[in-house]
Amino acid sequence: MAILLDKNTRLAVHGLTGAQGSFHAGQCMEYGSKVVAGVTPGKGGTAHLGVPVFNTAKEAVREAGANAALIFVPPPFAADSILEAAAAGMGTVICITEGIPVCDMVRVKHTLKAWKAAGMKVTLVGPNCPGVITPEECKAGIMPGYIHKKGPVGVVSRSGTLTYEAVWQLTSLGLGQSTVVGIGGDPVQGLNFVDTLELFQADPETKAVVMIGEIGGAAEEDAARFIKDKMNKPVFSFVAGKTAPPGRRMGHAGAIVEGGAGTHAGKVEALAAAGVTVVENLSDMGRTVAEKFGAAARK
Amino acid sequence: MKLLEYEGKEIFARYGLPLLERYGVLRLGDDPASLKLTGKGPWVVKAQVLAGGRGKAGGVKVGRTEEETRGLAAAMLGMKMVTIQTQGKALTVEEVLVEQACELEREMYLSVVLDRKEACPMIIASAEGGMSIEELAHTRPELILKVPVDPHAGLRDYQARELAYGLKIPKANFCAFTELVKNLARMFMELDAGLVEINPLAITRDGRLVAVDSKIVTDDNALFRHKDMAAKPDHEATPVEREAREIGINYIGLDGNIGCMVNGAGLAMATLDTVKLAGGDAANFLDVGGGANVDQITRAFQIILKDPKVKAVMVNIFGGIMKCDNIASGIVEASKRVSIKVPLVVRLEGTNVKEGKDILARSGLKLEQADSLWEAARKAVAAAK
Repeated sequence: MAILLDKNTRLAVHGLTGAQGSFHAGQCMEYGSKVVAGVTPGKGGTAHLGVPVFNTAKEAVREAGANAALIFVPPPFAADSILEAAAAGMGTVICITEGIPVCDMVRVKHTLKAWKAAGMKVTLVGPNCPGVITPEECKAGIMPGYIHKKGPVGVVSRSGTLTYEAVWQLTSLGLGQSTVVGIGGDPVQGLNFVDTLELFQADPETKAVVMIGEIGGAAEEDAARFIKDKMNKPVFSFVAGKTAPPGRRMGHAGAIVEGGAGTHAGKVEALAAAGVTVVENLSDMGRTVAEKFGAAARK
Repeated sequence: MKLLEYEGKEIFARYGLPLLERYGVLRLGDDPASLKLTGKGPWVVKAQVLAGGRGKAGGVKVGRTEEETRGLAAAMLGMKMVTIQTQGKALTVEEVLVEQACELEREMYLSVVLDRKEACPMIIASAEGGMSIEELAHTRPELILKVPVDPHAGLRDYQARELAYGLKIPKANFCAFTELVKNLARMFMELDAGLVEINPLAITRDGRLVAVDSKIVTDDNALFRHKDMAAKPDHEATPVEREAREIGINYIGLDGNIGCMVNGAGLAMATLDTVKLAGGDAANFLDVGGGANVDQITRAFQIILKDPKVKAVMVNIFGGIMKCDNIASGIVEASKRVSIKVPLVVRLEGTNVKEGKDILARSGLKLEQADSLWEAARKAVAAAK
């Protein structure tokens, strides 16, 4: 089962013929993901990496049976690409592109909200994220496949390499993952922590969740409220940015403490109060999950 | 990127927002006599620094005569200013704005911010201006009005009217206000702003509605469609931070003595936290990017070592798509181009880690390897002491 992706996922890669899209689509295929189409306006009718390329997302759905989009389109055009994939009927749209203007994402969210209200079923992940992987079934993103292992821990994170660090600690201790979701570091995004936790709570294969947060915004505080009210699976968390100076954005557009909001202390306090095991030292994540949950999981 | 008051007011003027008469900007080294003052005064001289609380720190002064005004401007230029928002650091006043002084009858607060949760621009307004909005949000949240803006349609007329009634705008200024707040919302979207703020928005003794101050924060990701903005210097960034940005490295200078090089923003933040837990302080945040090659690594070392505070360097790379053996070769190659005189601690993890560690071990480079983030942080802290 897992969430978002499984072995039946048929990926269309937007920007397949570009350098990024080409390299990472190749890696996804090597991992075993079904990449069934490329979408690049002007290159329809050609083939790339042995995959047919279409001018439009609609054709990728109709001709190749694509049901999920993986977007590598450059920032000025990425917002349009997200809407194209959704309009074509892809159920899951994963946008890797980093550097999309926030106001573009505001318009995308507004439009998607209207379309969903009218009955469309679509889940957007990202942008500015490493993607999603359901180990041993489907990898749709830029994460190194081999650090993952199939298992009971759901992982959700706002950051890329930080997720790899946590996943690697889990895998090294024999703890596999159901699905690993990178929701991205931008202030306006598709799937958020609460949406993802909701999916993990409902997924019978997921028995525990690791949530990697960071300073800025209120996503961790919202997650804490959801965990307290709606979750009965154990949740483990780390929040990056304890030592970050206020007012400076730490790489991610979303990672900034402004006007006293979005602080590390506030997030940790909210999570701890919701019964989440908050790890202060990232290096302790794997061991902590193994000690508190692992013994039960491996049985 | 944050804009200075006078830069923001130039944009306000383009959107027809009511402002006080501006007489010009004087820069460090300019002759105060070059300032063309018209009218009979008084005039106000305002320090152009990116921090609130200028008034209390001596950064806003009123001159009654032309001579006094020029004198105030000359005295303010080059002044070191510490305000409640500079975290104890002194900012040098490099520019001053001179404009018409006026007496204020009422001060209000008006801004447009990005509301992350609703994913839309949000108008924030309060009849209580002149004080910190964050403070007001804590003490008297009922005094703050919030109105969401439709990103496609803009602020609706009825929303503008609701705000005007909520702020008890006098009849004489009513239309000027609704026009202003609609333009402010339009400016936010057209400018790709993260924040547009007027604090205070005032009604003067003589009954005019004016934007007395301006604060604009723009979205760096949107600079590709704002060429005029892209050409402006980032006043907040230090020269090293600007240099790093030009070569695609994300660098922020900090106060500690352990230089850090990490791939990925989240892991870079977590690395700083780990250094602190290990008893040290990082000298910088540095995300070398996903495609760290020899060139990027060389430049990252150069940038870290420009900081004379750095007593040790810690490299923390999680090789994903980037293979550790390539990164190790990059470090060896970079160390030939840059002389690294401080202790170097390297932690590699991920794809081809064994090959990577072998390359470092065989290179003859003076460095310490670590097997985990925690071990690396502890070794770096010990080396810096």
